[in-house]
Amino acid sequence: MESINEKWTNTINTVTIGATKENGGSRGSTVTIGGETTLPFLHFEGQIPHRPALALDVIDYNPDDWPEVLKSPYADVLGDPTAWAEKCEKEYGADLICLRLQSLHPDWGDTAPEKAAETVAAVLKATTIPLIIWGCDSPEKDNLALPLCAQAAAGENCLIGFATEDNYKTLAVACLADKHKIVAQSPIDINIAKQVNILISEMGFNPSDIIIDPNTGALGYGIEYTYSIMERIRLAGLSGDKMMAMPMICDVGADAWRAKEAKALKENFPEWGSEKVRGPLWEAMTAVLLLQSGGDLINLRHPEALNKVREQIEVLMGGGDWGV
Amino acid sequence: MALTGLDIYKLLPKTNCGDCGSPTCLAFAMKLAAKQVSLDQCPHVSEEAQAEMGSASQPPIRLVTIGTGQAEIELGNETVLFRHEETFYHGTGLAVRLRENNPEAEKRLELINKLHFTRVGEDIFVNLLALEEESGDPEKYGVFAAHYGSRTHLALILISRSPACLKAALEKMGDRRPLIHAAVDDNIDEVAGLAKEYSCPLVVRGKGVEETAKLAERAKELGVEDLILDTTPDNIRDGLADQVIIRRQALNKQFRPLGYPTIAFTDPGADKMTQALEASVLIAKYSGIVVTDLLEHEYILPLLTTRQNIYTDPQKPIQVEPKLYEVGTPDRSSPLIVTTNFSLTYFTVEGEVEASRIPAYLLIVDTEGTSVLTAWAADKFNAETIARSEERRVGKECRSRWSPYH
Repeated sequence: MESINEKWTNTINTVTIGATKENGGSRGSTVTIGGETTLPFLHFEGQIPHRPALALDVIDYNPDDWPEVLKSPYADVLGDPTAWAEKCEKEYGADLICLRLQSLHPDWGDTAPEKAAETVAAVLKATTIPLIIWGCDSPEKDNLALPLCAQAAAGENCLIGFATEDNYKTLAVACLADKHKIVAQSPIDINIAKQVNILISEMGFNPSDIIIDPNTGALGYGIEYTYSIMERIRLAGLSGDKMMAMPMICDVGADAWRAKEAKALKENFPEWGSEKVRGPLWEAMTAVLLLQSGGDLINLRHPEALNKVREQIEVLMGGGDWGV
Repeated sequence: MALTGLDIYKLLPKTNCGDCGSPTCLAFAMKLAAKQVSLDQCPHVSEEAQAEMGSASQPPIRLVTIGTGQAEIELGNETVLFRHEETFYHGTGLAVRLRENNPEAEKRLELINKLHFTRVGEDIFVNLLALEEESGDPEKYGVFAAHYGSRTHLALILISRSPACLKAALEKMGDRRPLIHAAVDDNIDEVAGLAKEYSCPLVVRGKGVEETAKLAERAKELGVEDLILDTTPDNIRDGLADQVIIRRQALNKQFRPLGYPTIAFTDPGADKMTQALEASVLIAKYSGIVVTDLLEHEYILPLLTTRQNIYTDPQKPIQVEPKLYEVGTPDRSSPLIVTTNFSLTYFTVEGEVEASRIPAYLLIVDTEGTSVLTAWAADKFNAETIARSEERRVGKECRSRWSPYH
């Protein structure tokens, strides 16, 4: 047979998140993603030097609207982001923490920007794994709070999100000043994805310090759009477009658990089966599908989803035999 | 892969006799390439040229049909590696396995027959029942296959390596046109003979892509062309690689022995969630059929949703039903939010409204599935179309200061 291998001309950027003592931080470990010279898990064709990494979400308030299935693994730490983050590291084995500063949002508590920075410092102190800092999606509040958070985490080489086409300057300046990586988010749109990267780079940001967030649609709720946009971004990156050659982050937990099929109780929808399996599986399947379209870093919520996605990654990266 | 006019010209007699009605062979070749004439208008063309041109006009991945009537499922005829390039046409057939020696086979079949859901207005369901032989006894397996086959409307797969067992089952299948699994290296002559005798599609199962391609060639020599490929991978990493290699060989290299749909199994030794995740990878990455032992609704619903999403035609936006939706429990003073019926717009707005924790009405206007800017530009999303939508219900139930009826 003739070879069917593609000759890709470009390598996806390699990005390290977190800094150990030697590098000016206090992390016990760092996470490196990217560096692929082929499409996801096609080891016959190219190099995939780093396995995709998995973060667990920690919310800075008590998410009492979460479904029971999702709350129960965190029952003893909800409302205490420090203890929550510690649990994600020690008990559930996350590669990174994604600290979500949701309480900043005017609709969700409107807490002070200084408080967000304190939470960041406290979580860094309580954990040894790298940190992702996630804004509240209110541009005004994020622009006030994220620079303070970046400062509080100076030297730790965090990943901070997110910059958008309409609001990127403040965060880019803060990340440049305190040497953090940045998340460039676009609304499931390949042209805007590239545009945000260009805008941030034009401010003097090194393109290899950018991670693309293509915006996630959950399984059943638009995942096909995300899936195809990610495939197109990755194909462009491998084909030589330097402004598309960034690793990609997928915010799966937040989106998957918004799906009715993830949350609904069996007693209300008997034909959908047990929510104890269905919820984590909805999240894990969303993640596994987006890994196939190029995800390098996935934010998750349920520890069982984390375990199962990690097992899939291990087999896809290294082998392991089916016992047939 | 379509031949060019010059490729075709090389295969013609080049006598310019005019018997085909065209003045020269080259003119005839050009018309052939444009599909304006058919090859049988040339009375002098050689058999080899006929065969070559015949195969060039076939699709790169053969369309294979399993089952008949309502249970019929079509696989193959795919044209792209990435869905954004066109679309994926024939959704992965999801098959649930029933083993001969399972003491709970009756109960399992009842559950399998109920694996049918409705999502976004579309029926989604398991397509096939895989009946696996374990006894090695043709008579027993024949009875088993006939019994359970008669009790389901799904298309059928007969799994056995024993030609005698397969024959015993095939004899009782009438016109069901089951898929035979599988012809392997040491039984292919007999099993391919059965596929021919009973006019059934056939799985060729090799170890790896190359061996499977050789078996496919052999089956074709034996006269069986409705083939499905099984490469027997050791794990999902190899399974993914095999699927990609087969699809690329078929589409990019027009390598005929791999120009068929595929079949893959989830690992029966793995925990159920892992099996479900494996199946989702196989659905996304080209598998024609996925066979699994899962049958609980909590595993099957996400898998059928995966298939529905991945096989959605990206050229045709999915629409949601244009009507008045409620987010949370709105009352007459709740806000009314208006947007288009493009599904992604709907999901985004609905998600944002829900996250705001403010109960609201969501009025979805029929914009023929286009997004806000597109619909606005095309004048499908304007005061008139919005006012026309569900006018009465909005007037009756929603009296907020945002409502035009306030």
